[in-house]
Amino acid sequence: MLADQQAAMERLLLHREIEEFMSTEAELLDSRRFDDWLTLLAPDIRYWMPMMRNVHSTNAKDEFTNEQAETNWMDEGLETLTQRVRQLATGIHWAEEPVSRTTHMVSNVRLLDVRNGTPREVDTSCRFLVYRNRQQDEADTFIGKRLDTLRHAPEGWVIARREIRLDQNVLLAKNLTTFF
Amino acid sequence: MGAISEQEIRGLVDAANGTVSRDIFVNQAIFDAELEQVFARSWLFVGHEGLIPKPEDFFASRMGKDPVILTRNKQGEILVFLNSCTHRGMKLCRYDQGNARAFTCPYHGWSFSTNRDIVDEPGELVGVPHFEAGYGDRLDRKRWGLARCPNVVVYKGTIWANWDSEAPSFLDWLGDMRHYLDFALDHRDGSSGGSEVIGGVQKWRVKTNWKIVAENFIGDMYHDISHRSVDTVGIGPGGTGRRDAQRPRLAIGFSDLGHGVLGEMPHSAEPDYAPTFASHPEVEAYYRKIYDAKVRNLGDQPRVTNSVGTIFPNMSFHSRQPRTILITHPISPTEVELWRFYLVDANAPQAVKDAARHYYLRYSGPGGMTETDDLENWTYAIGSSEGAIARRHDFNYQLALGQAKPVPGLQGAVQSGTYSEENQRIFYRRWAQFMSGMNWSELMPGSDATEEVAHAR
Repeated sequence: MLADQQAAMERLLLHREIEEFMSTEAELLDSRRFDDWLTLLAPDIRYWMPMMRNVHSTNAKDEFTNEQAETNWMDEGLETLTQRVRQLATGIHWAEEPVSRTTHMVSNVRLLDVRNGTPREVDTSCRFLVYRNRQQDEADTFIGKRLDTLRHAPEGWVIARREIRLDQNVLLAKNLTTFF
Repeated sequence: MGAISEQEIRGLVDAANGTVSRDIFVNQAIFDAELEQVFARSWLFVGHEGLIPKPEDFFASRMGKDPVILTRNKQGEILVFLNSCTHRGMKLCRYDQGNARAFTCPYHGWSFSTNRDIVDEPGELVGVPHFEAGYGDRLDRKRWGLARCPNVVVYKGTIWANWDSEAPSFLDWLGDMRHYLDFALDHRDGSSGGSEVIGGVQKWRVKTNWKIVAENFIGDMYHDISHRSVDTVGIGPGGTGRRDAQRPRLAIGFSDLGHGVLGEMPHSAEPDYAPTFASHPEVEAYYRKIYDAKVRNLGDQPRVTNSVGTIFPNMSFHSRQPRTILITHPISPTEVELWRFYLVDANAPQAVKDAARHYYLRYSGPGGMTETDDLENWTYAIGSSEGAIARRHDFNYQLALGQAKPVPGLQGAVQSGTYSEENQRIFYRRWAQFMSGMNWSELMPGSDATEEVAHAR
């Protein structure tokens, strides 16, 4: 009984720790501390965003474009994410100059799998809502699900894998210059 | 919507002096006329064979503002139909792609077949609920079949369609622009065809006018400066800039046809090899081998290269790096839906395809580090042109005015240097011809407009 309670408490604390990590990440993005955000990414991060197709309900396997085989909205690693941050810092990246205002909301955080190896890894799922407001009247709302694998590195949690499932078929925003 | 009078057109487009009224980018009546005069008469890109590889596969596409179904019937014919039920207009097919023996309307249950074992003409009405009791013999199923596009052509995997049964053939429409399209579609080793589309089509909405996109890709080296941020960061496959080093390019336009590229003049020897994808040694080794094959395959035949191009009216493409097709679908005067398809050599090793795909996605599309800046410029060029005062002030297209010279070896082509707006002048002159309601013998004086159009087999 005591062991059960101990395990539940540990899981609760882990859950809280992961939520705290996600909130901190959102804070870094919304305050445009992109260099600090890069430190939360594992060197081997896979960051990809499939597209969603309108398919028959009996053909759900074709709903998402395939990882590492088909065209996606994004499909990259640390090198390209770092280039994106460097582009934002040039001051002449017109898509984000003047800067957009963003708010990242994260909710429904669940721990799908906890692997207590070395390093420790946790598969998570959550819902995201990213609001971007730009210039005078541009407003985009990106809502969807995120599947993250977080890894406990010596310096703290880092993101080893992120799959971003945006609930849109035709993208209703003119570009994707925001991180998710 | 009818044509616009020649007098009115002259007030909108003055190609000789390089000015174009902002009205043609923001005016709803002009947009409505474009759907009829330009899009309903032009050869439009509707998809690629690779999207419908098997019998009865379909892909939901668009032509102008009309939704269409691109499909391959049981007999293998490639067909294009208006995606709207003939009974009450319901969008018949609401899936992006799939496989279907018949198209059945969800509203009242009418169904249509493309199978020649069942119907005389593909698209015929075959299923009508309550047919006997409700219609008796008064409903002519042939008369109420799906509207079928009369002209469909497959060209090196790409599929094109034209609603006008009087239209010239696709090859006449292309003219010698064909050679630049070939460079995009042919194998990198110079052999004919051999490219394929990577699965998944990027589709996204942008608040701009469709012509701004077309004129950007027709040969606007002048806007290179807008991409300094990505050039600084260096996303190119060799680790610097945004592409591997390129030989000098010229604005080359087809004055009578409305097409244009940034590309090279025809030449009959392959220039020395330049490292390609040097950041990926395995991929670089492949391109070195492919270069040798191209030298062998083409010998001293003439060949061309280009970076970008636009085929009138709304098909744009990158031939080299990246290698992609962009269709600009008109939604309203101030909104478009962009579709991007990405190309690779079908038989390239997986590592080559992977490196290409990653590079394409960081360059192009809504997440592309080059294209995002274009999208910003296209949006606000139109957004600041809607006001009454703005509309009094024309856009300026006078760069390299009067500098066009014929291109030996390409019929009807002119080149006007690297930094030029001759291709844009050509594009808007062509647009004005269509909008004033010219007939085919006026639009295509050099070709036999009655020539039979080659149907896809």
